[in-house]
Amino acid sequence: METVTLTIKNQPGLYLEADTITPDAFAGKKAEEIAGLPVYVGRDEHKLGEFFEISGKAGATAAETKIVVKGDLSRVKYIGMKMTAGEIVVDGNADMYVGAWMQGGKITVNGNVDAFAGTGMKGGELIIKGNAGNYLGAAYRGDWRGMSGGKITVAGNAGSDLGTFMTGGEIVVGGDVDVHVATHAEGGKIVIKGNAKSRLGGQMVEGEIYVFGNIDVMMPGFAYREDVDIEVDGTKGRFALYEGDLGERHRKRKGQTIYAKLYQQIRA
Amino acid sequence: MTKTVTDVICPFCGTLCDDLEVVVSDDGKKLLEVYNACAIGAEKFLHSQAKDRITRPRMRQDDGSWKEITYDEAIEYTAKMLADAKKPLMYGWSSTNCEAQATGSELGEIVGAVMDNTATVCHGTSLIAVQDIGIPSCTLGEVKNRADRIVFWGCNPAHAHPRHMSRYSIFPRGFFTGKGHTGRKVIVVDPRPTDTASVADVHLQVEQGRDYELLNAFRVAFKGEKLPDVVAGIPKEKIYEAAETLKSGRFVIIFFGMGVTQSLGKNHNIDEAIAVTRDLNEYTKAAIMPMRGHYNVTGSGQVWGWLFGFPYAVDLSRGFARYNPGETTSNDLLRRDEVDAVFVLGSDPGAHFPFSSVKKIYDLPSVAIDPHETPTTEVCKVHVPVAFVGVEIGGCAYRMDNVPIETRKVVEPPEGMMTDEEFLGRVLARVKEIKGV
Repeated sequence: METVTLTIKNQPGLYLEADTITPDAFAGKKAEEIAGLPVYVGRDEHKLGEFFEISGKAGATAAETKIVVKGDLSRVKYIGMKMTAGEIVVDGNADMYVGAWMQGGKITVNGNVDAFAGTGMKGGELIIKGNAGNYLGAAYRGDWRGMSGGKITVAGNAGSDLGTFMTGGEIVVGGDVDVHVATHAEGGKIVIKGNAKSRLGGQMVEGEIYVFGNIDVMMPGFAYREDVDIEVDGTKGRFALYEGDLGERHRKRKGQTIYAKLYQQIRA
Repeated sequence: MTKTVTDVICPFCGTLCDDLEVVVSDDGKKLLEVYNACAIGAEKFLHSQAKDRITRPRMRQDDGSWKEITYDEAIEYTAKMLADAKKPLMYGWSSTNCEAQATGSELGEIVGAVMDNTATVCHGTSLIAVQDIGIPSCTLGEVKNRADRIVFWGCNPAHAHPRHMSRYSIFPRGFFTGKGHTGRKVIVVDPRPTDTASVADVHLQVEQGRDYELLNAFRVAFKGEKLPDVVAGIPKEKIYEAAETLKSGRFVIIFFGMGVTQSLGKNHNIDEAIAVTRDLNEYTKAAIMPMRGHYNVTGSGQVWGWLFGFPYAVDLSRGFARYNPGETTSNDLLRRDEVDAVFVLGSDPGAHFPFSSVKKIYDLPSVAIDPHETPTTEVCKVHVPVAFVGVEIGGCAYRMDNVPIETRKVVEPPEGMMTDEEFLGRVLARVKEIKGV
């Protein structure tokens, strides 16, 4: 695997839209060619090389390309957007849309990301060592098909609207989350190791939510069923199982209504 | 001698009353009296006659004072500001006609602006919900003639849309509603005992910020499932009872306002309210309608809908329309320093935006187009006064139920004053010259 290193040298006046920072766009290119890829500030088109010091070279294909991005990237959007293979390591904080619509490969962010990370994600792995903003792994506006595959891991906290319209894949949050988790979800799995606030599983059709900590307010549409002993993400424990959203539509299998499941750990 | 103009449209709120009578002087230059309007609507007409009205553009000087400039100078400043900016914000558009909105959209497209309207701090969240799950709605005429179950959720028309209740929702006698208010059941959901709540049959005093849970509880109740003893501060018996009241109606209408669109959950509250409406249609006929504020905010959503495909927060900076509230909405753009110039027309962000956003407007090159002196004109570099739409110039406006109504000119504007549309047309022509297109 070949490595390309980007180090930010000029901060954009406004925000940099850099959807070309992907192994797919870099594949088969030398540093000079990568420097010529287009990026945008407002309505002006610029070249990637105007903002980044670029060294190394890309592999022949996306899968053989690793990109390391260094510096303060809190004004850079769309890193790893729509990537299909390869690897990106972001050494610092990144702005919106990290790994949005990604289909494969791996992104590691050694910092925080702003909103809309992993929007409409289809596959691959997104690891955030810091905190994530709102709309992590959510659907794009108006789309009823949200995250459908892949895995997102956040070491810190996540914001509101986590996994909206999720249909598959997995999100693991190490810390706390804000309101609205798995709204409208029709599949997938969300694990929250810290505390949750309210509106978990609102309008949820199918899928699973696991909460290790507290839930401030439970949705009235979730009903307690039973206590179960299960293992979640390497942790064994006793969980209270709730089913819902009772107000929402649900399909039936062999005459049984299939509900979304919400598990909350019971602590002695 | 005076003359009376009848069937005048009121350009204040989204109710767009169409039965006003205005008395003007014989030469059509002075507006003397307004009949049938609410206090706010009447004031809007009468304010056009204010003695201290500003009739020429002004530019802020270094010492903070205003200097009068010509319309030509204002056009030059605005055109240069928009042409120089990498990503200008063009905000407002709700208190003007659709013709001006269309001209403004052409301008926005050429300069690569972000076009946003007042829905961004109002019913924009409703539009997100509509996009997510659709909306079963109707016209206010249907409400008047058919509705016998009226719900006001998080809105207070007694003060915000003063004639709404008498013209459409509670009191009028319609074709199938001959008994007027005695044939209707009114439910108000509001954390506060408002004046609207005081005329309701049922007031559900929901706990602040728990509307989503209460709406969800209604859906659970419709399906006959079990509820917790208390939801959002309301005992379950009251919820079951209110759910039955709604199911037993012939036509249910849910009106909702800022109390749900801009409190915790925002679009999700509306999403769930639309789902409640959808569920009700399994038992009876039900519809839902946002209580739109500015008289033509609905129109700006319509204009952009047909021009760009999105009703607000449209980012045209890259030459094609993008839309993502949370990123392309005015306050997020201002908060994050994503824009480098601000153009405001037909709205008052100075009064409605958070102070931190207003400060950002103050720091940027900025122009405000407004007939009035407002908190926004106070923070902008240039203020361009224009003729009052619906008073001194006609044009199309959309009522809150998406019915287009042609507003009327009843009086002449002060000599030499431009309209929104004329000013935008001149700026557009100048920008085309600068850019050579």
